Amino acid sequence: MTSEPSVVEVTLESDLKNLEVAEEIVRRVAETAGFGEESEHQIEMAVHESMINAIWHGNKNDSSKRVWLRFEIYKDRLEIHIRDQGIGFDIDEVPDPCSENNLLKVSGRGIFLIRTFMDEFRVKRLPGSGTEVIMVKRIEPAQQSK
Amino acid sequence: MSMKATIRQVDSVVVVDISGRITLGEGCTQLRELIRDQLAKGNKRILLNLADVSYIDSSGIGELVSAYTAVSNQGGQLKLLNLTKKVHDLLQITKLYTVFDIHDDEAKAISSFQKA
Repeated sequence: MTSEPSVVEVTLESDLKNLEVAEEIVRRVAETAGFGEESEHQIEMAVHESMINAIWHGNKNDSSKRVWLRFEIYKDRLEIHIRDQGIGFDIDEVPDPCSENNLLKVSGRGIFLIRTFMDEFRVKRLPGSGTEVIMVKRIEPAQQSK
Repeated sequence: MSMKATIRQVDSVVVVDISGRITLGEGCTQLRELIRDQLAKGNKRILLNLADVSYIDSSGIGELVSAYTAVSNQGGQLKLLNLTKKVHDLLQITKLYTVFDIHDDEAKAISSFQKA
């Protein structure tokens, strides 16, 4: 748990065209960490949705801004940090997209999917410098031997 | 890979074979315009064949919901055909599996559309 992680860091221009770049990177990171195909897809989706939040909602689609990704591969988990230059959001105020009233709404499922697919999800406001989301996916022993 | 859609008519149903990515941006916009065009032409029985959809995100799911609502609001029917495991799982997780009429056999899907 306390050993030094293997780290991959990337800075991307805040542009939706970079979504697929981020996906390609996270696929390779997840593969390196030893996740199976299904977990890889879940992690990829979580990063995809977080990138959309960072680019679209955080940085307001302003391509002069940046999104920072940091992947930390530990023996027992993958920790992903995604930071934008936005003002952030209150995770407790995100409505439940599965409730009857929201089921047919067009948007509002991104955070729900991230929470479903990852073992931990936190949002940290960084006063004056942006917002960071931290996501953790644990590496099960069965996955490690794969 | 962006989204591609091929439209064919089977009996009174418009079947849309979709491949690629239904994601925020181009994929979602294409799907929205396609549904709008079909409704404008009076085609209100639409079957979306998702067999070759490689990736769908939360915006893509939202676009499917939007298409479903738009068609239903005009008195039509929109159904889904041949979900991949990934899309199937996403619709289950988001509790939309029970909202859509989902088929895995095209002939049966076509015959399930109500005749006007």
